[in-house]
Amino acid sequence: MSVDKATVARIAHLARIGVGEEELQPLADELSGILQWIEQLNEVDTDAVPPMASVHDQALRWREDVINDGDKQADIVANAPDGANGFFAVPKVIE
Amino acid sequence: MAEPTELGIAEARDQLAKGTLSARELTESHIAAMADATTLNAMVTETPEIALAMADASDARRAKGDAGGETGALEGIPLAIKDLFCTKGVLTTAGSHILDGFTPPYESTVTANLWQAGAVMLGKTNMDEFAMGSSNETSYHGVVQNPWRRKGDNQTLVPGGSSGGSAVAVAGRFAMGATATDTGGSIRQPAAFTGTVGCKPTYGRCSRWGVVAFASSLDQAGPITRSVRDNAIMLGAMAGYDPKDSTSAKIALPDFEAALTGDVRGLKIGVPKEYVLDGMPVEIEALWQQGIGWLRDAGAAIVDISLPHTKYALPAYYIVAPAEASSNLARYDGVRFGLRVPGEDLTEMYKNTRAAGFGAEVRRRVLIGTYVLSAGYYDAYYLKAQKVRRLIAQDFRDAYEKVDAILTPSAPSAAFAVGDKADDPIAMYLNDVFTVPANLAGLPGISIPAGLSDEGLPLGLQILAPAFDEETMYRVAGVLEEAAAFAKAPEQWWRGGS
Amino acid sequence: MSDLVEGATGPWEVVIGLEVHAQVTSKSKLFSGAATAFGAEPNSQVSLVDAGMPGMLPVINEIAVQQAVRSGLGLNAKINKYSVFDRKNYFYADLPQGYQISQYLQPIVGEGMISVDLADGSSRDIGIERLHLEQDAGKSIHDRHPSKTYVDLNRSGVALMEIVSKPDMRSAEEAGAYVRKVRAILRYLGTCDGNMEEGSMRADVNVSVRRPGEGLGTRAEIKNVNSVRFMQLAIAYETNRQIDILEDGGSIDQETRLFDAQTGTTRPMRSKEEAHDYRYFPDPDLLPLEFSDAFIEGIRTTLPELPDAKKQRYMDELGLSAHDAQVLVSDRDIAAFYEQVATGRDAKVAANWVQGEFFAQLSKAERDIADSPISAGQLGGLIDLIADNTISGKIAKDVLEFMFESGRDAADIVAEKGLTQVSDSGAIEGEIDKVIAANPDKVAEFQSGKDKVLGWFVGQIMQATKGKANPQMVNQLLREKLKA
Ligand SMILES: [Mg+2]
Ligand SMILES: [Zn+2]
Repeated sequence: MSVDKATVARIAHLARIGVGEEELQPLADELSGILQWIEQLNEVDTDAVPPMASVHDQALRWREDVINDGDKQADIVANAPDGANGFFAVPKVIE
Repeated sequence: MAEPTELGIAEARDQLAKGTLSARELTESHIAAMADATTLNAMVTETPEIALAMADASDARRAKGDAGGETGALEGIPLAIKDLFCTKGVLTTAGSHILDGFTPPYESTVTANLWQAGAVMLGKTNMDEFAMGSSNETSYHGVVQNPWRRKGDNQTLVPGGSSGGSAVAVAGRFAMGATATDTGGSIRQPAAFTGTVGCKPTYGRCSRWGVVAFASSLDQAGPITRSVRDNAIMLGAMAGYDPKDSTSAKIALPDFEAALTGDVRGLKIGVPKEYVLDGMPVEIEALWQQGIGWLRDAGAAIVDISLPHTKYALPAYYIVAPAEASSNLARYDGVRFGLRVPGEDLTEMYKNTRAAGFGAEVRRRVLIGTYVLSAGYYDAYYLKAQKVRRLIAQDFRDAYEKVDAILTPSAPSAAFAVGDKADDPIAMYLNDVFTVPANLAGLPGISIPAGLSDEGLPLGLQILAPAFDEETMYRVAGVLEEAAAFAKAPEQWWRGGS
Repeated sequence: MSDLVEGATGPWEVVIGLEVHAQVTSKSKLFSGAATAFGAEPNSQVSLVDAGMPGMLPVINEIAVQQAVRSGLGLNAKINKYSVFDRKNYFYADLPQGYQISQYLQPIVGEGMISVDLADGSSRDIGIERLHLEQDAGKSIHDRHPSKTYVDLNRSGVALMEIVSKPDMRSAEEAGAYVRKVRAILRYLGTCDGNMEEGSMRADVNVSVRRPGEGLGTRAEIKNVNSVRFMQLAIAYETNRQIDILEDGGSIDQETRLFDAQTGTTRPMRSKEEAHDYRYFPDPDLLPLEFSDAFIEGIRTTLPELPDAKKQRYMDELGLSAHDAQVLVSDRDIAAFYEQVATGRDAKVAANWVQGEFFAQLSKAERDIADSPISAGQLGGLIDLIADNTISGKIAKDVLEFMFESGRDAADIVAEKGLTQVSDSGAIEGEIDKVIAANPDKVAEFQSGKDKVLGWFVGQIMQATKGKANPQMVNQLLREKLKA
């Protein structure tokens, strides 16, 4: 599978990474190269193979329903680039 | 008496116990060596004040008789910490611009375990950005230099990656051990490139809580040290069940050091035919044969095995790891921590922040990961890779029906020069060809230095073992280490007066 | 009954499917130990996990698993012993991880069916597509700053059950009845408090229209509607909007819309304009969720009697009408209150009092049954005073009003105000004689066969006794004397 500039622009938008117009073609070439290399997987017959769910066959462990975390507003917002009164702040969103 | 920085953890532990050395002395000598090694660029953050305070606290505990026996497998031992581990109150960047200024209000479980065992923190080591790389050239904080150089050549070589800073701190004698992480080979490959011992334990052995995630189903923490014994001691302190990590294994923690019996008689060692690569340097092939010979001489039985899907491990890895990474790295959005680059609206702020904050390799992998998960491609790529992954794991399961451990080379080459592979992602990815399968299958592996290349660079051999059988892995590694008698250290060309 | 909507060019059928998000009743969050209580200081009920800090990992809350299974059983649905948590990837200010942990291909609960009760007394089966567990997002606050949105993560990571219906509803009424029934069932089960004002329950409403007999039309999804009334207004508006577009020859965009309660209209949601690609994949920080039949059966044994079964029992065993039974089982708290009132008393009388005078007083006081000024025991005490002829039913209504004002017991009020009924036949006869003597014309009317006049006499006597005369005795003695 080779990807074109439009595809790179679409996935860059999905990933929220700004990519300049002049970078699209080089990225498309680079990603196409990697994808072509990856596609050797198609040589493997996996029709009867279920996907791997986890490396060890174990079920999920459950936690007791107790409140033992939170109540640390200062820690939560300590590294925030912007905020006030215990809130984080971002550019205004219009819903 | 040897310089304290030349001591291994086990030897230092004995001297500290005897009182012929204090934690402060040991720490001070390492701080000095670290300060003398800035040329290598192995450290992102040095924490000498913290180190001295911890060393003094250790000496005080020892003076009170609290140390030894009960507490402190690593009492007073100065270590370096990969900058992927969150350390409370100490800058943690994961080698990325996007985590600018991030000071976690929490301590990772693995490092907390180390401090609980009495260890001393020297600082945070440089690494490939978000652990994505095999040469330590993708760090926002710059390239890390390998202390080793080719004979008669001053060219700067890469230390391997992503745990390059950790490997260099240990190889360069300014940390007795270092934490590292291995998603596709990021402990074992730099260990091989720097003449150190690097172990990736079984997935689930070390908690991932507080370790900046790259690819959750593959990431595993482990130690880099200068000897197998030191490695076993350090892993024992790092590892253990953690209820905060749903993938942490609730399984007894063995005494890894006690596994070093020096005896491999009767063990069956598998040699997988698929690990012979076209174009692999003959000296690596020769070293592998040498390793086979050493183990046979020590009484192990050598068994030819097949791991038929080995060839597909790297491409499967380069789907699974980027897919998980694309999601794991979504939290770096400029809202709650780290870098923010303003934009007209929220979406533009995200795009500006992430464009400026991520380097080229991270961007490449996030884009690949986003692509393989996107509508219409999920089955063809991600699901396919997870199926192939099951086949790779099954290969190992079949092999371990017949053998107790597997011997392979650690990497397909010795350390290469900075810039050599920087423009060819796939050539770079091939560095991990021997290490990636163990990550996909969740199995333990260790690289030990086994010899020098014709150019005088260290080469490593890898021992793989069944899940949660690090004891057999260490036992074989110990015997191999003794046979190889690799006591070489790089010339300390970066030190002194310069 | 036809629910077709008449357009300018002929009839249209509206097709509605609902995604109800119900907050799991639990102390802590789905994947962290932070509290879930409503209305705390911003970012105070947030763990490092909920804030998406680097290296933080989810660990699942066992109560959330139990509550989801319990809810599935209450919705008569298939419980999946193996399910998977997936990541739903998208960027939003109040989604700190950059993904929501949800369940996609393999949810914890599969198909089910509930019966919903319509106003005309009929009921209708509505299919459940699935129920899955997922994390709530945080909250964006847009009105605190001219150029910034503030983000509070207190809700981030709270456990939600998303209950997806089949597109089985054909009118706003059915959709309302469905939500009310789901809410009632969850409240009976104790798995969600159903508090729509506090956001414990909200619905995404999928609306499309089609010509009767045709395939499904393109739907619009109206997000986060937080009351049944708003939902019904939104459906009505959306139905008309779509019909107008189609009748004008246009086509419906598949889009996400917002309901504006101020104007009663819906509009496209700016922030959701673009087509999404959520890139679901199994969360590698979690393992598959597995449990045994024994776990499911253990939960099944603890299920309470649910509204449908309770209604049937009220009709069969207590002799209540379908309507009365329906009203009384419509909410867990009402049924519990009623059953306490009815215990040891006439079930029908209790039913009349609860849904008659008591409900009237409650709505006058603008209270819910949960914070009623009087207890079920107190209402029962009032009914007892009627049963033993201490007061008349009429006086009892006044007493109930005093009880609501003061919170005091009926017996105390009756004693203090001297409302005890006059059952002394001598005293009553005396009043009857006075009235008969003073009104010979009315007596004559009665004797000429106009029975209705009896009511007038009763009124006179009750007035004279200030309502305290035992009405049965008044009736009986009047008849005797008038016939004489
Ligand atoms: Mg939905
Ligand atoms: Zn949902």
